[in-house]
Amino acid sequence: MTIRVQAQPFDYGAESNAFARSSDGAGAIVTFCGVVRDNDGTLRGMEIEHYPGMTERALSTIEAEARSRWSLSDALIIHRHGALNPGEMIMMVATASRHRADAFAAAEFLMDYLKSRAPFWKKERTATGEGWVEAREADEDALKRW
Amino acid sequence: MTLTILYFAWLRERIGLPRETVQTEAATVADLVDELRAREERYAFTFADLKAVRVALDQELTDFDAPLAGVREVAFFPPMTGG
Repeated sequence: MTIRVQAQPFDYGAESNAFARSSDGAGAIVTFCGVVRDNDGTLRGMEIEHYPGMTERALSTIEAEARSRWSLSDALIIHRHGALNPGEMIMMVATASRHRADAFAAAEFLMDYLKSRAPFWKKERTATGEGWVEAREADEDALKRW
Repeated sequence: MTLTILYFAWLRERIGLPRETVQTEAATVADLVDELRAREERYAFTFADLKAVRVALDQELTDFDAPLAGVREVAFFPPMTGG
């Protein structure tokens, strides 16, 4: 189980391969990555602020909860902070299990929870100014299904 | 008691500080917020609508009616937008 909160970019392919290789006997690996989205072509960049200390604790709690609900042999969470450009990868999760249903469900659970329960805040810079991204009600509602 | 208060995202910007140390006898988070609001306009403005604010005590998410006894670090921030 690995949690990394870092400013520097990560190599999604290399991380995914290393995770899959180290998960001998898992049978099912699910990986997901989130990318800085530019909805209408005006985004210049993004700044991600976080709460050092609490971030790692919150992610550990979320990961432990996933392990208690599904049969996982391994899990990985990487989340960046600091300045990011459009198209850059923000974060990734990977889960390993004997069966794909557990790996898929746990990956979705990790995503839903880290969106609303890990202390990260996004600020977008556009051609016309900058502003904090507002939390979506749909993201909070997504937790209710678990 | 002495508390370290941390502010993140737009709360940090509105108050103009990432952190500060306060002496307080506030019993709950809500009492502490009332004390801060009474201090200066920028605090009153920042804490005008608590529906838009979340709080963590010693790095655990909690509610505004949570007691402060034994707490060392209070953090105020908007709803999280990670992922």
